[in-house]
Amino acid sequence: MKRKPEEGLLISPIRNGTVIDHIDGGEGLSVLRILGITGRTTEELSVATNVGSRQMGKKDIVKIENRELLKEEVDRISLIAPKASINIIREYQVKEKIGVEIPSEVIGVIKCPNPGCISNANEPIQSSFACQKRGYRCRYCDTLITRDIAAYII
Amino acid sequence: MRHIISINEVSTEEIDDILDRASAIEEGAYDPDLLNGKILANLFFEPSTRTQMSFVSAMFRLGGKVINLGSIEASSIAKGETLADTIRVVSGYADAIVLRHPKEGAARLASEFSDVPVINAGDGAGQHPSQTLLDLFTIRQSFPLNGINVGFLGDLRYGRTAHSLATALSRYGVIIHTITPPGLELPPSLTHDLLDTGTKIVVHEHLEDIIADLDVLYVTRIQRERFPDPGAYASVASGYRVTPEMLADVSDRFILMHPLPRVDEIDPQVDSMPCARYFEQARNGVPIRMAMLQKVLV
Repeated sequence: MKRKPEEGLLISPIRNGTVIDHIDGGEGLSVLRILGITGRTTEELSVATNVGSRQMGKKDIVKIENRELLKEEVDRISLIAPKASINIIREYQVKEKIGVEIPSEVIGVIKCPNPGCISNANEPIQSSFACQKRGYRCRYCDTLITRDIAAYII
Repeated sequence: MRHIISINEVSTEEIDDILDRASAIEEGAYDPDLLNGKILANLFFEPSTRTQMSFVSAMFRLGGKVINLGSIEASSIAKGETLADTIRVVSGYADAIVLRHPKEGAARLASEFSDVPVINAGDGAGQHPSQTLLDLFTIRQSFPLNGINVGFLGDLRYGRTAHSLATALSRYGVIIHTITPPGLELPPSLTHDLLDTGTKIVVHEHLEDIIADLDVLYVTRIQRERFPDPGAYASVASGYRVTPEMLADVSDRFILMHPLPRVDEIDPQVDSMPCARYFEQARNGVPIRMAMLQKVLV
């Protein structure tokens, strides 16, 4: 007789690495993008999208084997998943929980959508955005990004 | 070291201080040798008549000297040098830099690489703080800035002078009235910023609806290149041309301003009317820029 799948999530626990939980439903793939994880990377990944959540209704979960996220990577995630929680896993145990903090400034992460901005020219600077109430404002040209921030991730 | 990159970063007290200094300068109260021995580098990557010449005049009047970038074609920029490198080099040749550049944010970048103060003289469609200061100065020559009714006519979507002036005026509790062709309204982000400061913005379809209540009408050029064809431009632009008839009902203290150059926006017959202030406005570039140079170089 076939064994019934256990209740709950059907993605296996990881031994070492990072679990990113409480990502807004549907944003899991954007989180991978912001971490530079594409179809060609070698990381062992599990992605669950739009799974039920008591807190959030729908959420995404990303598990990355053998990679512990750095603080600046965690802060990048805040751009698109401000409610995410990050668990660092060692030998199947949660060793560290990192809350996502929205940084006051985001450097080198988002490309300014204004083609006339000096940050898009061949200059030795990184893009720089200040986090404001209504969105992210370019340090150089004042352009304000209010939505679809994932589309501007470098 | 004090850079002047954006009017948003100049405090209201500093604005008032620069306007007060300009008033004193206009009355002859300045030291003509104040900047003796100082060198200003004028880096204009785009054509400019008023801004460039008035900075040169301002520096000369204060006893300083000016070096120029000269033609872009004959410089290292033509060889592909970055703005950052140009600024690093030039900041070793001068005591302050005035920069005009086609890219927005160029002056901010310059301030990050310069060892001397940088004054933004216009960066693409971005900021042009010395223009804003001379606009405020021109208004203040007629009446105090607080609580006045200011109309903006023309292209408010792309017009940087109107954006900066509206932002600066929002500190003085003015009421802003806009009269624009469809599609050339104030950008939504700027509208939000102004509303956040508590500024009242009233949108009008026709100038005649509001002209009698205005203290200032600030006219901006509607740029041909914003329209798909010359016919579309001509039909819109003609509806936003200021004529003596349109100014028949203005108040006694009303003033008409324009950052210049004008094309067709103001009928030349208006030039001789007492309310026409645009040539005085351009002239005010010298005392304002003298005040700015004092601020960054002394």
